[in-house]
Amino acid sequence: MGLKQVVTRVFGDDSFITTKLDAAIGWSRKYSLFMYPFVTACCGMEYMSVSSSHYDLDRFGAAFPRFSPRQADVLIVVGTISHKIAPVLTRVYEQMTEPKWVIAFGVCTCTGGFYDNYATVQGIDTLIPVDIYIPGCPPRPETVIQGIMMLQEKIQKQKQEY
Amino acid sequence: MGRATDILRARFADLFLDAHEQHGDETVVFRPEGIVAIATFLRSDAELQFNVLMDVTAVDYPGRSPRFEVVYHFYSLPRRARLRVKLPVPEDQPAVDSLTPLWKSANWYEREVWDMFGIRFQGHPNLKRILMYESFEGHPLRKDYPIKKRQPLIGPMN
Repeated sequence: MGLKQVVTRVFGDDSFITTKLDAAIGWSRKYSLFMYPFVTACCGMEYMSVSSSHYDLDRFGAAFPRFSPRQADVLIVVGTISHKIAPVLTRVYEQMTEPKWVIAFGVCTCTGGFYDNYATVQGIDTLIPVDIYIPGCPPRPETVIQGIMMLQEKIQKQKQEY
Repeated sequence: MGRATDILRARFADLFLDAHEQHGDETVVFRPEGIVAIATFLRSDAELQFNVLMDVTAVDYPGRSPRFEVVYHFYSLPRRARLRVKLPVPEDQPAVDSLTPLWKSANWYEREVWDMFGIRFQGHPNLKRILMYESFEGHPLRKDYPIKKRQPLIGPMN
């Protein structure tokens, strides 16, 4: 049942509800997440698991991956980021249009994980701003879903730019 | 000693340095000069038939002379047999002849060994870094590469 039906049934045909514009935009944005999966490593398996029918990210309006950064508003970075790929990641981020958010999926993207060596970036927040950190090696799908719900909460509460 | 070791030892007596065997897998150590002749023989010999080059890698033994060892793994599909050939390579002249004329698979393996260990392969058609970026300095799998050294392309040093 849609919002209009609820309002009509409770308050009658000619009724309306008031809200703040920021809250209304946040409400619509948080259920319409278009993800760009930047998948580089083994966490990709867990991303496939969480985004397919068993865990059903469509419940959160976040199921449809976009493979062009210009059509996405959530950059989900899944897997180890090496210094060699780092310029590509920042370029993908810069190509995304505002408003945009970033999820660091897995401990490698959060801190570099156990790859403290010559090749690995020690956390993608040294390159681009990160909204939600989902640690784990790899994180369980439940953890990812909690992260996405926390991102929705953040989007709902933030100052909306439009 | 195994059959392959005996054949190689008889044929390349002047290059032979050492050999050992474990669990039926033979390892032969040769002086590096003759690797192309040895590999050609391994592949073409009617009895040995080592027709696959499985891997080329290297080991750094700091403090030992010669410092490096280039390691080749050969496999014979018809015989289902494996052979490891090692070449000690000195630190001041880290170079051996390329096997790219014999096996195309040697191309990327040798680039990786050059990238990680700084060992040159003479006659390689395209000996440039394969894993690290062009501007990377040094060879990270050498034991004297500083463990905390970072060379980021972008972003702050972390």
